[in-house]
Amino acid sequence: MSALSRHRALTAIWGSPRGWRGTVSSVNHSDIGRRFILAAFAFFAIGGVLAMLIRAQLATPGSAFVGPEIYNQLFTMHGSIMMFLFAIPMFEGLALYLLPKMLGSRDMAFPRLSAYGWWCYVFGGSILIAALALGVAPDSGWFMYTPLSSKAYTPGINADVWLLGITFVEISAVSAAIEITVSILRLRAPGMRLDRMPLLAWYLLVTALMMVVAFPPLILGSILLEVERAFGWPFFDPLRGGSPLLWQHLFWLFGHPEVYIIFLPAAGVVSTVLPVMARTRILGYGWIVAALLALAFLSFGLWVHHMFTTGIPHMALGFFSAASALVAVPTALQIFAWIGTLWKGRPELKLPMLYLLGFFVIFVLGGLTGVMLAMVPFDWQAHDTHFVVAHLHYVLVGGFVFPMLAGAYYWLPHFTGRARIPLLGEAAFWLILIGFNLTFFLMHLTGLLGMPRRIYTYPSDMGWTWLNLLSSVGSFIMAFGFAMFAVDVALQIFLSRRARRNPWGAHTLEWAMPLPAPAYNFASQPRVADGEPLAADPDLPLRLARGEGYLAEIRHGWRETMAVDVTTGAVDHVIILPGNTRLPIITALATGCFFLALLFGFYWLAPLPLVAVTVLGWRWAWTLGWREEIGPVPIGAGETALTHREAAGAPGWWGSVFLLVADGTLLGSLLFGYAFLWVVAPNWPPPELIAAGLPQGAVAALAALAGTVLTRLAASAGVAGNNAASSRWASLAVGAQAVVIAALLWLGLAELPAPTGHAYAASSWAMIAYGVLHAFIALLCAAFIRARIASGHIRKGRVLETSVAQLFGDYAGLATWLILACVLAPLVLA
Amino acid sequence: MLKWLRLTTTALAVGGCSGPLSTLDTAGSAAASIATLWWAMLAGAAILTVLVMTLLALAFRRRPTPAPGGTRLWIGGLGVAMPSTVLLVLLGFALALGEQTIARKAAGVVVVEASAHQWYWDFRHPGMAGEIVTRDVLHIPAGRPVDLRLEAHDVIHSFWVPRLAGKMDAIPGHVNVIRIDAKEPGRFEGQCAEFCGLGHAGHRFRVVAHDAAGWTAFQRGEQP
Repeated sequence: MSALSRHRALTAIWGSPRGWRGTVSSVNHSDIGRRFILAAFAFFAIGGVLAMLIRAQLATPGSAFVGPEIYNQLFTMHGSIMMFLFAIPMFEGLALYLLPKMLGSRDMAFPRLSAYGWWCYVFGGSILIAALALGVAPDSGWFMYTPLSSKAYTPGINADVWLLGITFVEISAVSAAIEITVSILRLRAPGMRLDRMPLLAWYLLVTALMMVVAFPPLILGSILLEVERAFGWPFFDPLRGGSPLLWQHLFWLFGHPEVYIIFLPAAGVVSTVLPVMARTRILGYGWIVAALLALAFLSFGLWVHHMFTTGIPHMALGFFSAASALVAVPTALQIFAWIGTLWKGRPELKLPMLYLLGFFVIFVLGGLTGVMLAMVPFDWQAHDTHFVVAHLHYVLVGGFVFPMLAGAYYWLPHFTGRARIPLLGEAAFWLILIGFNLTFFLMHLTGLLGMPRRIYTYPSDMGWTWLNLLSSVGSFIMAFGFAMFAVDVALQIFLSRRARRNPWGAHTLEWAMPLPAPAYNFASQPRVADGEPLAADPDLPLRLARGEGYLAEIRHGWRETMAVDVTTGAVDHVIILPGNTRLPIITALATGCFFLALLFGFYWLAPLPLVAVTVLGWRWAWTLGWREEIGPVPIGAGETALTHREAAGAPGWWGSVFLLVADGTLLGSLLFGYAFLWVVAPNWPPPELIAAGLPQGAVAALAALAGTVLTRLAASAGVAGNNAASSRWASLAVGAQAVVIAALLWLGLAELPAPTGHAYAASSWAMIAYGVLHAFIALLCAAFIRARIASGHIRKGRVLETSVAQLFGDYAGLATWLILACVLAPLVLA
Repeated sequence: MLKWLRLTTTALAVGGCSGPLSTLDTAGSAAASIATLWWAMLAGAAILTVLVMTLLALAFRRRPTPAPGGTRLWIGGLGVAMPSTVLLVLLGFALALGEQTIARKAAGVVVVEASAHQWYWDFRHPGMAGEIVTRDVLHIPAGRPVDLRLEAHDVIHSFWVPRLAGKMDAIPGHVNVIRIDAKEPGRFEGQCAEFCGLGHAGHRFRVVAHDAAGWTAFQRGEQP
């Protein structure tokens, strides 16, 4: 087969149909990645316009441009858009587009999940923007502190838009996190050991793992607050045993790691682009990886530095202060590793390097003010002033936007296949750099002179007038710079000349393909023996195009890519990925209907889309797999491997593990909330505690144990080929989970006080609801196994589906036991 | 060193750092020590910035052979040892300073109850004949430590008189205590620092620090 006919055949398999059919059905990572990036930039523009309105209002004292009603919406939406609709999706887009290419793979592990995440992001984001256009946007700040955001003080729909819209968008963040993790761990080119991965893959792996555990606390907090607003369950109401501080803990438990989740991918771009600009290898690869792991660990131990003024004892603050300062060490390590790399090489002042220099200047200043704010006494003064506004923009614009702009110019030839038009990018750089510093450097002083955040106006005698005017002028200069960047990119896409194949002379695998990248990435997958494959073998692109690597053979129209051992990168099995389908967009629409029903208060309607999502989810799993015997298939180079349905540890199993880690973090946050309210909240103990319920609890516990054991029995019988036994055990498991659901509901209804009376009852009911939901999921898994045995999909040696069902069965059992222990604890201890 | 810093502080306060809400134009002991911490940190940050920028600039100079220095210098020395040392010193200093400013039991402390509302403050002072309640004006004796017991009745607010001390949140359902003092008699502006809804910008109050005679008069119930 010639290179050209292989290109045509692979494009037919991996490409998407033209026109709207392709738009709604494509699951290809390059398509989805590009869409994420473009949409994130559009949201960035909207957030930027809001920022300009804010600066227009603050330019002069006593301005009558907007009133507090509008201003509160402006700053709330500016923050929310930049965090949730720009920064996170932008990095997701970059990861989706680049990761498979850098890892020598043909797609991500769960292409349909990428598409589902994309649609959730677009639909959720649209809800927020529609609310903004209609003047009912969230207005309680992006941090949504209760009680200001609770029903009594924000009676309108505004807060619901935030809670539901952002949670909808977060589905895409969690699915991206799971997908990125599994793709990096399993979907690499054979031979790419963990320590041969490009550094960006390490950064993205650590980021994705952080997201798996950082987002659930916020999702839980949003659910609890929405339930409080909608049904009056008083989790955060101090009069009924709730605590506003619980919201702050849940929010910042997410909110601080979030900052590093935004910074790390951008730092990964620095670690990728900077050595290429300096014509050398990065200094201290292993040290940087160690620094990342330290950073990820530490970032979960310093959320309280957002709460230094909430009255937590000073010695406890000292611990979080030390952790906040300590996090500067792994950051400094990276800064000096980068500077050392520049010293080691011969840096050239090309445009990406210019943006990296901007990054250094701004980010170092932001880091230093961060250390200042980590000192408790100084924070007592600077907290909630414009000093913090300056600091966070130095960190986020310096630490995310500038590296991303460097990355944009570095990878644009890859996206477009075209070269840059000279000078426009340089002009944009200077406008952004000067405008940024004029806007935000002065804000340090404005803050020290006492200007608080989130005030819509100020009197003229405070000494802030000139500073604010100059900041506003700077912000408009910066906005011109970004507009110029957008023009530059548009010109490059539509007008510029073609680029060379590897314009920067880089050594990572994303440059080992024709530009713009084909839908299948690699005509055949490489065997990697070096951290910089193109340095060791400059002819690699040619040989891959000729089909001299893995999986060059085309069969059955399958989308095939290699799965490797997590650490050694040895060949493990062949993954057959699902092709284009409309299931993701339809499922996202059904999910969106659920959120809209809640948003407009049609609670009686909400179960309908939930049923639809359940049915679609079933179909999602059902359409995969096949009944025929496959066995080992040839993969090239005389080797053979099993396909993923017959190999242990397929991506579906790994994805389920990380989903359950996220789910477990959500449960952990709920149990933390329950304990926190017992210890800290006012108006405890509750007027009414659980008085009986041991019989129901015993039934639920025994049924949960039976459900777990029966699912395990069904799984092992299924893999052994004993269909009749497996089917019987699965039926019994369905029955056991039904008993769990009934017993939990019986326990709640018969013995627990009404959830609206006190936070104790509300949190007990929340735990019961969690247990019921997970028993139901385990029930569906067992029923699925039974149906797949009947249809002949599960047969001897097919481990994937049974192993996933077993995971969910185990988890449901464990969750039910934990929940029963917590719900019944007051009874047992009394 | 500290004396020198204090002198500089005063000089800078006169030239541009003053203002009704300025944290650098200090009039209370907590605010003064925090301002000292700030100037010390600013000096340190300036030195570090110059160091990093110089190293960065030097990387671009033309040179015949690649410059020396491996992971030992760049990562072990500059990346780990240097920031660890600086941070350790700074943390110790800040922790000690924070310990001094928190409200501990002491003789002669005046206790005032403050309750925050959308959008006003009520202060309950000890008087000769029971409590004296004022709205949006807090009365304290100059030169004596004052503890404010903060409560909020609707949403979260934050008590902040920048020239006297740092801020402390007033949270519904919780009571927080902050200690402030004014060295000299005078009037000082206060501002709610936690976003509290539509009236947040105008959620302000005033602190009147009395001399000994004035304070006695206030406690007797005479209007100042």
